[in-house]
Amino acid sequence: MMDSHTAFVAASYAAAALALAGLVGWIVLDQRIQKRAMRDLESRGVRRRSESKADKKS
Amino acid sequence: MNSAASRSGRWVDIANPTRFLDLAGRLLPWLAGLSTLALVAGLWMSFQAPDDYQQGSTVKIMFIHVPFAWLSMMCYTIMTLAALGTLVWRHPLADVSAKAAAPIGAVFTALALITGSLWGKPMWGTWWVWDARLTSVFVLFLMYLGIIALNRAMDDAAKAARATAIITLVGFINIPIIKFSVDWWNTLHQPASVLRAGGSTIDGSMLRPLLVMALGFTLLFFTLHVMAMRNEIWRRRITAMRRIAARGAERGRAE
Repeated sequence: MMDSHTAFVAASYAAAALALAGLVGWIVLDQRIQKRAMRDLESRGVRRRSESKADKKS
Repeated sequence: MNSAASRSGRWVDIANPTRFLDLAGRLLPWLAGLSTLALVAGLWMSFQAPDDYQQGSTVKIMFIHVPFAWLSMMCYTIMTLAALGTLVWRHPLADVSAKAAAPIGAVFTALALITGSLWGKPMWGTWWVWDARLTSVFVLFLMYLGIIALNRAMDDAAKAARATAIITLVGFINIPIIKFSVDWWNTLHQPASVLRAGGSTIDGSMLRPLLVMALGFTLLFFTLHVMAMRNEIWRRRITAMRRIAARGAERGRAE
């Protein structure tokens, strides 16, 4: 049923969808950046201190 | 010295970020799947729900406005617990949790304000009034922004964590003020109708979609929070690894 208030309902849901999509997108993008940086460092042979200790032991 | 180092090593093990990363990896697909499922079901139920005899279709705004408002307070409560974790127990994940939660809480608070305003215009005849409930939620939004800014303004992560934790703890006073503002002061905003003594005053046909939507958004919150925490742990590891790499490069040049 359409009434004069449909625009307000639509605007609320649109604002929510937009903001949440932005939030999810930002977190996923951040995840991609961190994963890439991690891979890059590992490929250059950089290890975390705890990992390099484990390497020496083995 | 050696025994002290091994003892502290064991202590850190209890809240081991590596263990958290493992757990997050296993948990996240389920969390994401369940929140999608609940939100799809909740949306479908929301559009099946009848219009209100007074409010017409605008009552549909309730199905998102109430969960957003709810989560804006829950997120701050989680940050307060994390602040205690930082200050009292020095839990290594507490600061990560607080830092990851703040932007998510800010978005949910902003959405509560926006959807509330879009509901207020047709029902109250105004977008905004500076009354107790609306103002206290607006203050919560500003506090989220302040906490985010303060945390990122300091280079030293440990110092930033302590300062942010203290501000967060002090700001918690606002949460009961928001909750009880509708009872303590005159306001356009209605008092609680779901969580109240004597039971909910909402009809089942509207309460059911509301609860499913609230569950869906809560699951979405935790999905995003765990993802953001994982990002933050990785970010800190990368910073540490870069420092090690830089030190290694310096040593290489000196030789």
